[in-house]
Amino acid sequence: MNVSATGINFIRQAEVVARLRQRLPSGAVLYAEEDTRSYECDGLSAYRQLPMVVALPSNEEEVREVLRTCNELKVPVVARGAGTGLSGGALPMGDGVLLSLAKMRRILAVDPLARTARVQPGVTNLAVSQAAAPYGLFYAPDPSSQIACSIGGNVAENSGGVHCLKYGLTVHNVLRARAVTIEGGIVEFGGEALDSPGYDLLALLVGSEGMLAVITEVTVKLLPEPEAARVILASFDDLEKAGNAVADIIAAGIIPAGLEMMDRPAARAVEDFVHAGYDLDAAALLLCEADGTPEEVEEDIASMSEVLRRSGASAIRISASEAERQKFWAGRKAAFPAVGRISPDYYCMDGTIPRRKLGEVLLFIGQLEKKYGLRCPNVFHAGDGNLHPLILFDANDADQLHRTEQFAGEVLEKCIEVGGTITGEHGVGIEKINQMCVQFRPQEITAFHGVKRAFDPEGLLNPGKNIPTLHRCAEFGRMHVKGGRLPHPELPRF
Amino acid sequence: MHAEGFAESIRGAAASRTPLRLRGGGTKDFYGQALEGEVLDTRGYAGIVAYEPSELVVTARCGTRLAEIEAAMSEKKQMLAFEPPHFAQFGSGETTSFATVGGMVAAGLSGPRRQAAGALRDFVLGVKIIDGRGETLTFGGQVMKNVAGYDVSRLMAGSLGTLGLILEASLKVLPLPVAEATLRLELPEDKAIETLNKWGGKPLPISASAWTGGELGVRLSGAGAAVKAAREEIGGELIDAAQGERFWAGIREHTAPFFGSPVEDAAPLWRISVPSAAPPLKLQGEQMIEWGGALRWFFSQADARTIRDAARRAGGHATLFRGGDKFAGTFQPLSPALMKIHRELKREFDPHGIFNRRRMYPDL
Repeated sequence: MNVSATGINFIRQAEVVARLRQRLPSGAVLYAEEDTRSYECDGLSAYRQLPMVVALPSNEEEVREVLRTCNELKVPVVARGAGTGLSGGALPMGDGVLLSLAKMRRILAVDPLARTARVQPGVTNLAVSQAAAPYGLFYAPDPSSQIACSIGGNVAENSGGVHCLKYGLTVHNVLRARAVTIEGGIVEFGGEALDSPGYDLLALLVGSEGMLAVITEVTVKLLPEPEAARVILASFDDLEKAGNAVADIIAAGIIPAGLEMMDRPAARAVEDFVHAGYDLDAAALLLCEADGTPEEVEEDIASMSEVLRRSGASAIRISASEAERQKFWAGRKAAFPAVGRISPDYYCMDGTIPRRKLGEVLLFIGQLEKKYGLRCPNVFHAGDGNLHPLILFDANDADQLHRTEQFAGEVLEKCIEVGGTITGEHGVGIEKINQMCVQFRPQEITAFHGVKRAFDPEGLLNPGKNIPTLHRCAEFGRMHVKGGRLPHPELPRF
Repeated sequence: MHAEGFAESIRGAAASRTPLRLRGGGTKDFYGQALEGEVLDTRGYAGIVAYEPSELVVTARCGTRLAEIEAAMSEKKQMLAFEPPHFAQFGSGETTSFATVGGMVAAGLSGPRRQAAGALRDFVLGVKIIDGRGETLTFGGQVMKNVAGYDVSRLMAGSLGTLGLILEASLKVLPLPVAEATLRLELPEDKAIETLNKWGGKPLPISASAWTGGELGVRLSGAGAAVKAAREEIGGELIDAAQGERFWAGIREHTAPFFGSPVEDAAPLWRISVPSAAPPLKLQGEQMIEWGGALRWFFSQADARTIRDAARRAGGHATLFRGGDKFAGTFQPLSPALMKIHRELKREFDPHGIFNRRRMYPDL
């Protein structure tokens, strides 16, 4: 037998390790189980797989060597940043190389006049803003994992955060990415000017989940730090009223810097955890932030408060100091760990819906809680319709895990039904790969495979993630009959 | 005209390998390398499909007049924040020439507000296209955040119709600014570039800038109080509101005196895109600087190579925007690695090479 107890073919492993060791310094190639174990999952720990080999390049030339080797030996390769992803995009392969970019963590340049920073992919999101802070600048996308997540991973996932409505996603804040193709070639996407000739390949690369090329350097845009920021904490006695208030603010011509919502169960969980002083009688809480010059903030806070009152807010508090603003936000930012305290496990979803459907979808989630006998507190980036329902369950109970998966699947399909998407910022990865078959028809999925082929003809970069095979969709469809109709009736079924 | 009609035409053209020239109102016929193939006119497929002001999204068919969606938005005090140019005056010889939504997305051009609000590609949320096999495909959607699958919608922005016929596009819209003001200052070129970049590092509500011949125009947009405070900080002379509006429209539409009227023997217009802080480009000719220093228009007789080398040295690229000898190539040549990906993508979306052949590059 050539296969170890962990499912690794060790003849193949020895071949790959030998080839990589010829090209990389010692210590940059790991294969013993005790060394590779810590790479077996990313932030979605329900899925685990020991990689055959882990490669830890320290520079671009070493990344090229790893990719050339994988291309020669036809070994699949999964790139990994900080491993904080929530959709299993960096789940290793038992017959593949896990390529960690964690050693490439240098900030190469900060240009305060041009307001850009050039960084290696392993630099953390927060480190970019910290390096920019002495110049009064910051990097806008702020995913909740910003102290740990890497810029390379942010680009791969097109990460968001709580300020997207005003400042955009990663795709709006990256100017240039340098990357290595599976053949080991270097490609520059975008540039330090505001646009570049030809197709917008940078837009394709952002959010491509490591399927097109491996990023070795990124130039990001830096923005001036707003002089002032204040946040309104508004209570509503009804979820739908809160949902409508969100639409009313936008309709009033205001783009808040942040517009977040949480329901009562979520608010209770965080209040017990961080004591943010939240109104626990409210059915929903809205956090509504304005930033800019002090004059601008005053003007926006006044008009937003007026809209919220007209939309039926039962109470409104406005942060009077920076400390109080931080306190109001502390609850929202601690929502995931707070929920983690009240349940052995939780499953976080990431659908996006048109804002006007907020009430309808929340009602639907409430019905599913009863149907599956599981609790589901909700936090959302309400401003951009991005939901994060958190299903509470115990992974040691196989039936609960099964019900959770069914529950999550129904929520995601509801998001598609109301005109939204299965993922707003966490990515498809391995987690939502089946729901891709619901969101897209075989024609679009075929086109996605075409895009991948244009960059990676043999499909060696992170295969099996992000875009399902049509065969997989047909298999999924067989198990998944919705409304009595089989999806993709035109496909042969095996 | 029905979408199915387009699909049939495209399938027919694919079967007979007949090149097609996808065209809306023809206002951007001047833009790009070559115009080849039988015209497939998109103007018959028009209309706003959905406009939800509180969702900040508009969805329109390709043949919809850009002016029509702008009017609908303006009624709701909203706008396309990237200020796409119409260039109606460049329509070839037709009195009714108008910019369309499909042509706008395919051209991918943005106007003065781009420096603050972002480019057209930043506002594309979803598209429906017909590929070179005649297959109708839908990518993205109407929501702000969507990371399911590759971002093919943004790939369509600026692809000059070489990958597919854009049937429908969904775009993010933004509220109109509450207040605007235009200031005029006198500054030499190097000082203007430096000053614009320094302002860029401060939280000032600058939404557009245009420098030419020693005069710098700056537009402020935002909350009333913010515009007022910024006026004091920046100084200069305040321009009358109506005059200011005309000034920016002239720059957006290339009707401002700088852009002149197209004359047969005039120098070609180059569009040079560089990092905003790049020092003055030492090129002969008349110049206008936009986008806080990041966009430099040149009417110059200098040869293409000189201009492209200067752009490259500054970290950017140059486009032969209007006029001149297209033999030198409209767009800055790509690296072999990038060109290879372009060819492969073209082959995937348009396997028979029927769409807008040579519009972008001679061999694409």
